[in-house]
Amino acid sequence: MARQPEGPPPPPTVQKLRIRYAKRGRLRFASHRDLARTLERALRRAQVPMAFSAGFSPHPKISYLGAAPTGSASEAEYLEIGLSVRCDPEAVRAALDAALPEDLAVVECVEALEGTGSLADRIDTSVWRVELPGVALAELEPALAEFLSRDVVTVAKRTKNGLRDIDARASVTSAFAVEEAGCAILHMVVRQGTPAVRPDDVLAALTAVADLRPPLPPRAVRAAQGRLDDTGTVADPLGPDRAARTRCQGEHATI
Amino acid sequence: MTGETLYPRLEPLLAQIQKPIQYVGGELNSQVKPWDGAAVHWALMYPDAYEVGLPNQGLMILYEVLNERPDALAERTYAVWPDLAALMRENGVPQFTVDGHRAVKDFDLLGVSFATELGYTNLLEALDLAGVPLHAVDRDETHPVVVAGGHAAFNPEPVSDFVDAAVLGDGEQVVGDITDVVKAWKAQGRPGGRVELLARLARVDGVYVPSFYAVSYAADGAIAAVTRTRDDVPVKVGKRTVMDLDEWPYPKTPIVPLAESVHERMSVEIFRGCTRGCRFCQAGMITRPVRERTITGIGSMVEQGLKATGYEEVGLLSLSSADHSEIGQLAKELADRYEGTNTSLSLPSTRVDAFNVTLANELSRNGRRSGLTFAPEGGSERIRRVINKTVSKEDLVRTVTTAYANGWRQVKLYFMCGLPTETDEDVLEIAELAVEVIRAGREASGQKDVRCTVSIGGFVPKPHTPFQWAGQASADTIDHRLRILRQAINADRRIGKSIGLRYHDGKPGVIEGLLSRGDRRVGRVIERVWREGGKFDGWSEHFSFDRWTTAAAEELAPFGVDLDWFTTRERTEHEILPWDHLDSGLDKEFLWDDWQEALNEEEVADCRWTPCYDCGVCPTMGTEIQIGPTGRSLIPLTVV
Ligand code: SF4
Repeated sequence: MARQPEGPPPPPTVQKLRIRYAKRGRLRFASHRDLARTLERALRRAQVPMAFSAGFSPHPKISYLGAAPTGSASEAEYLEIGLSVRCDPEAVRAALDAALPEDLAVVECVEALEGTGSLADRIDTSVWRVELPGVALAELEPALAEFLSRDVVTVAKRTKNGLRDIDARASVTSAFAVEEAGCAILHMVVRQGTPAVRPDDVLAALTAVADLRPPLPPRAVRAAQGRLDDTGTVADPLGPDRAARTRCQGEHATI
Repeated sequence: MTGETLYPRLEPLLAQIQKPIQYVGGELNSQVKPWDGAAVHWALMYPDAYEVGLPNQGLMILYEVLNERPDALAERTYAVWPDLAALMRENGVPQFTVDGHRAVKDFDLLGVSFATELGYTNLLEALDLAGVPLHAVDRDETHPVVVAGGHAAFNPEPVSDFVDAAVLGDGEQVVGDITDVVKAWKAQGRPGGRVELLARLARVDGVYVPSFYAVSYAADGAIAAVTRTRDDVPVKVGKRTVMDLDEWPYPKTPIVPLAESVHERMSVEIFRGCTRGCRFCQAGMITRPVRERTITGIGSMVEQGLKATGYEEVGLLSLSSADHSEIGQLAKELADRYEGTNTSLSLPSTRVDAFNVTLANELSRNGRRSGLTFAPEGGSERIRRVINKTVSKEDLVRTVTTAYANGWRQVKLYFMCGLPTETDEDVLEIAELAVEVIRAGREASGQKDVRCTVSIGGFVPKPHTPFQWAGQASADTIDHRLRILRQAINADRRIGKSIGLRYHDGKPGVIEGLLSRGDRRVGRVIERVWREGGKFDGWSEHFSFDRWTTAAAEELAPFGVDLDWFTTRERTEHEILPWDHLDSGLDKEFLWDDWQEALNEEEVADCRWTPCYDCGVCPTMGTEIQIGPTGRSLIPLTVV
């Protein structure tokens, strides 16, 4: 007979929280796996009463939404956690923030309320800001114009199964260039999909169409994620929960 | 300016390499102290990749102990992978610490912890990247003092050209003494330059400065004499031993990496030293006597460490954890404390006896029973008597069967190959044993899916053990025995498919043997290998046996010795061994007698439970066995 865990099954999920966090500075070099491990440990240190799956190796109920690539910073990463005891979302935010390394910050934590839909359904687009040290606006602007004038720009992307050609153009719904302190900055709105088009791919496309070759590695920051509407605006994915929360104030335990 | 951060220059390079996260620091519980506030700056290096080096307990302890001193600062540095090393050379970025990203050459001291000799080429690579002269003789007051520590430092002769000093034994107290010496010398305006500093360090108990000792060789290639070149340094350098481990509850706040590392858990050292007397085991021999942490000391370290890290697993570490005098109670009370918290407890690989299964059951009370590891080390009863790790075949099979019957599905058995007096038959018995274990296990558990993994590696004779005189088995011998073992296991497919075999070929062991029992002449081989691109020798994809054998042949020939002379040659009783002037406390006569008893297949008892048999350690070092039980117990933690 296979052994079964003794005792009662783990307590059920009584509350779902949605969390927006930022990875900044040095920790932009953390991979998704690194972040997942770090977040799980921080939740334990912060003593957040997580709900667990059943069985011999119970896992805390956490779901991650598509992570920014290793090397990119982000102001808008999202995850959803299940709790076994109701908590004040702001108290969880503060406790988790304090338990994380300096360059990871919990920006917001809201309760996911019934009937507001899933978080994944509210995210299909990323807003990127890419600093190009050593590149002048006068170089970036024409390259970007050339890129935007094309219908398709094929670049080779490194994937698990080797190099693969993808179109870097179609996913980019808008983009513009500015200059700050002598450094060209590329802002762009990019639809998420498979294969994912990342800032690196767009930069490779700029090299392909206009021979733009940044002398130093560019620095990308995901500024926002959300759903792109017809007007070209990217909606805040936590907006519906925040709106619902003001209508329904629940009882909260503190942690 | 010294102590300045190199990060702005490093960052663009990080975007171009594999796993950049390992170089950025900023881990939980790491610290960066202001440079100018500290009188003495230590760079602590583990000479392997970050993922291997970060969990190292020794370094983590010293990092905390030093940083707790207001007048000292300690930062960590690790071996840099070739992809980043190439970019660093191209861009003039020197070896840096991961905490403050400060240049290693700015530090007063570079402490390097050698758990294995295969890290030597990585030390040379780091020195070169740091811009520190490779040879100790070429350094001046502006360069860090390079100090080796760790188990391999009990014979630092092969790296004596490259290190300024080696520290023998426990590091907790001696790093403080070294800090005091360096601080005073700096405050006095560095009188007498580097030589005077080294002379002062050589007078610190446990510190060996190779440059103050001259080695001469006889016509047969053996050492003729080791003589000190100043009379104010000790003739023989003795090891340091920390007594009362409860007073040293480190690490208190273990560093939690963001990157994946080889041990994703928190470790608590429940005792130090081991007197089981396994004759192959250098760790056991050089860390005598046994000093236990008390059950309450362990309890508070576990509690504090979990709070500080958020780890979900705690490893109760030592050389033979089931031997702790309070282990049964400890296992039960810790399991009680953490029941229902999703915190798991584990013991490292254990001796083969039924009690260990009971313990493992207790620790995994409500967790998954995936794998249990035993270390019989020797394949036959005869060879287990030779190595003094006696367990009968019946007991072994019975213990493993009990584990299967208790719901463990996977048992791992550790063995060594190439032990002194070993024959093919001794190794083939491993196959018989594994087959029997599976048969009995299937029967006892009523399940077909029980598995047994045999993990086997070549034995490397080590200094300060009874086997220090033994001839090492050649790579060919090891490879032959591993081959016949594999064939024997695969002979019966119905059983063989439940047995996994994990092994390392014999070649790296030969080089480890050269470096373990080498003398100063081996330094030239290490340097040559590094100059030809050798590094990360502990990684099969980087290790080149041919590079080592060619370098050894050419560099050792002028001395009339060769690789075999250092490895497969059996030493005679009165040969001066390269480490004879370094004192682990063990009497050479005791070790020789124990070697003879090994050859006669005679056992020796454990001095914790039988009278002292005069190995020499306690009287020489002024130490004593410290064991419980204390009669104390762990009270349940108050619920938060
Ligand atoms: S001196 Fe005696 S008591 Fe001390 S470790 Fe050796 S045998 Fe054991």
